[in-house]
Amino acid sequence: MLLSRVAERVYWQARYLERVENTARLLNVFSTLLMDLPKGTKLGWHSLVEITGTEAVFAERYKQHSERNVFKFLLSERNGYSILDNLALARENARTTREIMPTEAFELINNLYYLGKENAEKAVARGPRHEFLEGLIADCQQITGLLSGTMSRDEAYSFFRLGRSLERADMTTRTVDVGSGNLLQPLQEEHQAQSEAAHVPFENILWMNVLRSQSAYQMYRQHVRERVRGEDVVRFLMQNEQFPRATAHNLTTLTKVLGKLPNSSKVKWQVDRARRQVNNGDIAKLLEKGLLGYIDELQKAIASIHFKIADTWFLH
Amino acid sequence: MRVNWKSYNPGKFHDELISSPGYARKPSRKLASYLRSLTHEELLQKKTAAELAIKTMGISFTVYSDAGNIDREWPMDIIPRLISGSEWDQTSLGLEQRLRALNCFIHDLYNDQKILKDKVVPSELIFDSGNFRKQCVGIKPKFDVWAHICGTDLIKGDDGQFYVLEDNLRVPSGVSYMLENRRVTKRVFPELFEDNLDIRPVTEYPSQLLDMLSSLSPRNVKSPEVVVLTPGIYNSAYFEHSFLAQRMGAQLVEGGDLVVEDDKVYMRTIGGLSQVDVVYRRIDDLFLDPRAFNKDSVLGVPGLFSAWVKGNVALANAPGAGVADDKIIYTYVPQIIKYYLDEDPIIPNVPSYLCIDKKQRDHVLKNLDKLVVKPANESGGYGMLIGPQASRKELQEFARRIKANPRNYMAQPLISLSTVPILGERSVEPRHVDLRPFILQSDRSYVTAGGLTRVAMVKGSYVVNSSQGGGSKDTWIIGDT
Repeated sequence: MLLSRVAERVYWQARYLERVENTARLLNVFSTLLMDLPKGTKLGWHSLVEITGTEAVFAERYKQHSERNVFKFLLSERNGYSILDNLALARENARTTREIMPTEAFELINNLYYLGKENAEKAVARGPRHEFLEGLIADCQQITGLLSGTMSRDEAYSFFRLGRSLERADMTTRTVDVGSGNLLQPLQEEHQAQSEAAHVPFENILWMNVLRSQSAYQMYRQHVRERVRGEDVVRFLMQNEQFPRATAHNLTTLTKVLGKLPNSSKVKWQVDRARRQVNNGDIAKLLEKGLLGYIDELQKAIASIHFKIADTWFLH
Repeated sequence: MRVNWKSYNPGKFHDELISSPGYARKPSRKLASYLRSLTHEELLQKKTAAELAIKTMGISFTVYSDAGNIDREWPMDIIPRLISGSEWDQTSLGLEQRLRALNCFIHDLYNDQKILKDKVVPSELIFDSGNFRKQCVGIKPKFDVWAHICGTDLIKGDDGQFYVLEDNLRVPSGVSYMLENRRVTKRVFPELFEDNLDIRPVTEYPSQLLDMLSSLSPRNVKSPEVVVLTPGIYNSAYFEHSFLAQRMGAQLVEGGDLVVEDDKVYMRTIGGLSQVDVVYRRIDDLFLDPRAFNKDSVLGVPGLFSAWVKGNVALANAPGAGVADDKIIYTYVPQIIKYYLDEDPIIPNVPSYLCIDKKQRDHVLKNLDKLVVKPANESGGYGMLIGPQASRKELQEFARRIKANPRNYMAQPLISLSTVPILGERSVEPRHVDLRPFILQSDRSYVTAGGLTRVAMVKGSYVVNSSQGGGSKDTWIIGDT
């Protein structure tokens, strides 16, 4: 049976890797949004910091929420939260669990770390950024694919899935936050009216990009045969059972995986609670007064799942 | 530019590849001509490819003084070292013989002590040794074997013969690098493996190790639970611990993963406690169990020793096995082989002088500048004096140390280690090497095909330890055709 310590490291390795992928997706979609900005507005880069929950650390280091600062902070800086640091953490956890996963998986993670180490800083600039981020996302997908194609469905694999699904559920709620947040800022006061008028078409672009950040645009299109509307997008990303990056889908995956693990009843109870919260949300109503409260509550529920997992299986 | 074997000149040393400049020895001819078929640039490209493979494969080791850089890439020279099959078969017999005798010796020391009563080995050497564990007296491990895994260091002298330099009976490391070096060479020189050189594979080792460890299990179950106990990620051999666990399909555990209840050993799993049968421990005796040995150890498992004494778990190597690998006991190994097996040693020792003996000590003190002086209990090449390369002050200091504690020192003439070519920046150049094969013993014995060749990468140097700038080579045991 799987060692508790190994279970914990495998779980975190999956979380860190998924966090790398999702952060890369977020940064990528923000960078694309840049190009569709209505005249007289700029992006609120600070939203990126808020989404990743790193405001306090950012504030210690920077005064200005400039594009450059935010990208440096989230991409290449050694602050414990950047993509590069998450890669290092994923690799460190992989290095201490090499004995239970396919050799090639460690090699891929190891290579990805070196790729990040050599290129992350350069990717702060707009030019090489896109290619770097797309590469990261593809490599993360490759690792997930390799594990799914070569690893026995044993307990270690279950902990990979727990880590990955929980992180994904969490990050998807954060991405949805982007769409509903106050993303655009007028450049100067006199542009206020002009910028508000520009918001309307931009909202569609924004929601399209939110979908794209989760590779969800096509799947959404096939599922919702209407023009892109915020309400439908939120419903799709939060409540869809079939799309693999949707929060509901990932919570369901957790339930399935839990069925294969010993002593899982308390964790399962926690997951069920979060599922009810997701599914009972009346999105149309919530959007009227802002999603923030709903998403906050969900993130707390997801955090409780994590604590219950740690409590049940990890070393104390 | 191509490799020019005529300008490759090892001087007075025995070179394993050539017999004289321009003339390759018979087993090496194919390799020498293959290397000559490449330009130096092509060889350097292969070197870069090897370095990249090592980085990708995450083959690393740790240097303790290297703060903040816990894993370093493993240094390997790409030109393989060749040993002929017939020579190796004979050497293997010698290695098995040696370990069998050493195990008889250890078992005797902790039980009847016949060899001491017969005064073949002076008892004060044993009882004054820091490695004799009183706690182990009277214990009879399965098969009467204490040292299940041994790494014996061999060197070749001017005569081209193998000599034993030392035995490592505690937690010898390096076998993972032997296996990984082969994997890298296969990536770099795939052509050579097709060229009917008849290279003996090395990949069997992890299966042999697992079989051996499983055979030690006290419980009679179909697949005993075998674990590798590591001090953790900051240990210099962590890579190897993880590697061997992976290749054996065994659990890699740290002290905190194990718990002893009712003198049985369990590991903490996600489903609760699960019993462990065999612990391949990569932690020194003194840190193994704070209740039995060093009280301050946080690496070990409280109660592990007593579980072993009760026969509920096997430990490999057994605690106390290190009593037979100190450098003073080394000098007695030929007599030990004769005493227990009534055989002559197949592989000779390097001639040695014991400082505890007055006559030999006087010889050592008089010839300090020509000798290598080693303390009984250091490893990794630390605390050693290389007379011919030492300063006046160092010589005086060692003379003082020897007089103060003669039991702790032995001396050997400086053996001219054999050389093999390495790939230098501009050409192939001779460098000194040793060899560490690995020997397993339970109810039967096994010797690796070759072993880990370590190279002193600095010109003229004899220091092969990776912690002090040494490199390594893939070692090929090849057919005699």
